[in-house]
Order: sequence, then structure tokens, then C-alpha cells
Amino acid sequence: MIEQSVVHKYLRKNKKFPHIWCPGCGHGVIMGSLLRAIDKMGVDRNNVAVISGIGCSSRTPTYLDFNTLHTTHGRALAFATGVKLARPDMLVIVVMGDGDAVGIGGNHFIHAARRNMDLKVVVYNNNIYGMTGGQASPTTPSGKKATTARYGNIERSFDICDLARSTGANYVARATSYHVKQLENYIYKSFNKKGFTVVEAVTHCPTTYGRLNSLKEPVAGMEFQKNNFIMKNLWDKLSDEEKQVKFPMGEFVDVDKEGFVTKYLNLIESVRQGD
Amino acid sequence: MGKKISFYEKWCKGCGICAAFCPKKCITMDENTNKPVWNEDECIQCGFCELRCPDFAIVVKKKGEK
Repeated sequence: MIEQSVVHKYLRKNKKFPHIWCPGCGHGVIMGSLLRAIDKMGVDRNNVAVISGIGCSSRTPTYLDFNTLHTTHGRALAFATGVKLARPDMLVIVVMGDGDAVGIGGNHFIHAARRNMDLKVVVYNNNIYGMTGGQASPTTPSGKKATTARYGNIERSFDICDLARSTGANYVARATSYHVKQLENYIYKSFNKKGFTVVEAVTHCPTTYGRLNSLKEPVAGMEFQKNNFIMKNLWDKLSDEEKQVKFPMGEFVDVDKEGFVTKYLNLIESVRQGD
Repeated sequence: MGKKISFYEKWCKGCGICAAFCPKKCITMDENTNKPVWNEDECIQCGFCELRCPDFAIVVKKKGEK
């Protein structure tokens, strides 16, 4: 058996491995970052819940030895809200894909952010519905191909970080599967915040998105992230043309608004004392 | 198993990410098996292959650890 690293402590390694993700899929890299961030928190694994919807990314809880829930498509945040209110002491992590978070579960996403529900969301953004065969998702960039957009996508795409910022999340950050260390740090930082937090982890999909958009090799997908994602303060200084081809990463929002759970517990306390 | 690297071959799917992003370029992909091979004399144990391995197949020992 393999010598254990930090990550291997939390895997259901005797049952579920090797995992079903395609060779070179960035989801495994993000899951590793997530696990190292959880390990840094030093919490008991019985006090961690990982909840997901449907999709490639949502296979994550299957592989992890925490309290896990694999729920219906797009509704992970609704289930997670229930878990958090039943056990406010628990660290509740929600793992979603891009289609799951802002496509099918878009309404849950904006309302969980509006409530400032104390959930730690990690969105795996691969720009496509990968598991079901490569349909265009709300985050597929304009002009890029998908199996339902053979001549290029004519829609505009969602920016998950902008959406989270405008709906009132407490912490919003973006990193990629190439920038593993930043990703781990942002996830760790989000765990220490109250309220709704979103970390968008941009990943590559060699099988569906990559094959149609000439990034077929996993290495090509990661090279793309390495060359085109730059820190936000540098991105702000670019000209308008350069902003079209480069993407910002880093921390977009970092505020401390009161979370839902704090208010909820205060309310219970004040009503009890009123009796 | 080498001195610096533990590699779990069964989990490796041969994507080549470890070899492509090794800062010392000390990993090569074996042509027959399509699995990585380390040149351990060159390896500085930075651990980036472990961090970027999507299949959790690599463990790099920390410097000084035996």
C-alpha cells in the first residue's frame, strides 16, 4: 500500500480507487487542495460534512471519508442549508460544478448568497456539462464549441465570481487547477470566514471541452491556465483588448457581514429569554 | 520505490501532468507503460508532482526525511 500523505488519510481508498475521472482531469487536483485545506483546519472528520449535487465534480464526496451527501441536480445548497441549521457547529462544504451551481441550481445559489448562509462553496468550473456529453453550460465562453454549439457558443457566459459578489457573498476567490497552492490557501481562508463563501476553481476538461476546443491533452489545458490566468491587480492594469483574452484570479471579495446562522442563533436566544 | 518518491502505479492513468510541470524536468514518461519515471539524482523534492497529480498516485518525501 502506498505511503500515506496528508490527502490519503481522508480517502475511501480501499473501495473507490482509482477514481472515475478521466486521465488528467483537473478535478482530482482540486480535491487534493480541498483535502489539504480541511487538514489544515485540524477539525475532527465527524464535524465535517461534504455535500454535492450531480456531475463530474459531484463525485467528490463519494471518495471522501467525511459525512457526505450526494443529492439531486443543482439542489446541493438546499440540502446543505438544512444540514447547517440542524448542526450549526459543523463545517459544511458544498462541492458543485459550474452547471450545477449557476445553471440548474442558479436560483439556490443566488438565494443562499442573499441569505448569507454559512456554507463553504467550492465550484469546479470546467466550462461545460462534462458528464452528460459536453453540452454548453452557462459558463461556456462565447465563441467556444460544445456538442450543443457546434459552430461556437453565441450566448454570453456567466462569471461565477461576479455573480457571487453581486448577490452578497462574504468571500469570493478564484484560482485554477494549475495554481494549486493559491487554491489551497483560498479554500483554507474561506473555511475561516463566517457567512457564504465561494471559491471558484477553474479546471480543464480534456475529454469534452478540450476535444472540441483544441485543448485535447490534459497538459495543454493546464498550460492554458498557466499562461492566461493572472492575478487580479495585474489584470486591472491591462488594456481592454488584453482583458478579452486574459482572465483575473485572486480574491475578489473579503468582507465580514453577519452570517445567517449567527442571526438565527441570536434570535432563538432572544425569544427564549422573552418567555 | 525510490528514496525520494513513492509511486502507486495502480492509480496512475498516465496523463503526463507530473512530467510536464516538473521544475527540474527530472520526470520522463516511459514509452511502453506510459507511466512516469523519476531521475532521483536530479529531484529536489519540491513536491509539485504530488500536488498536481489528479490521481493521488505520488507521495514525495519531505527533505531530510528518511
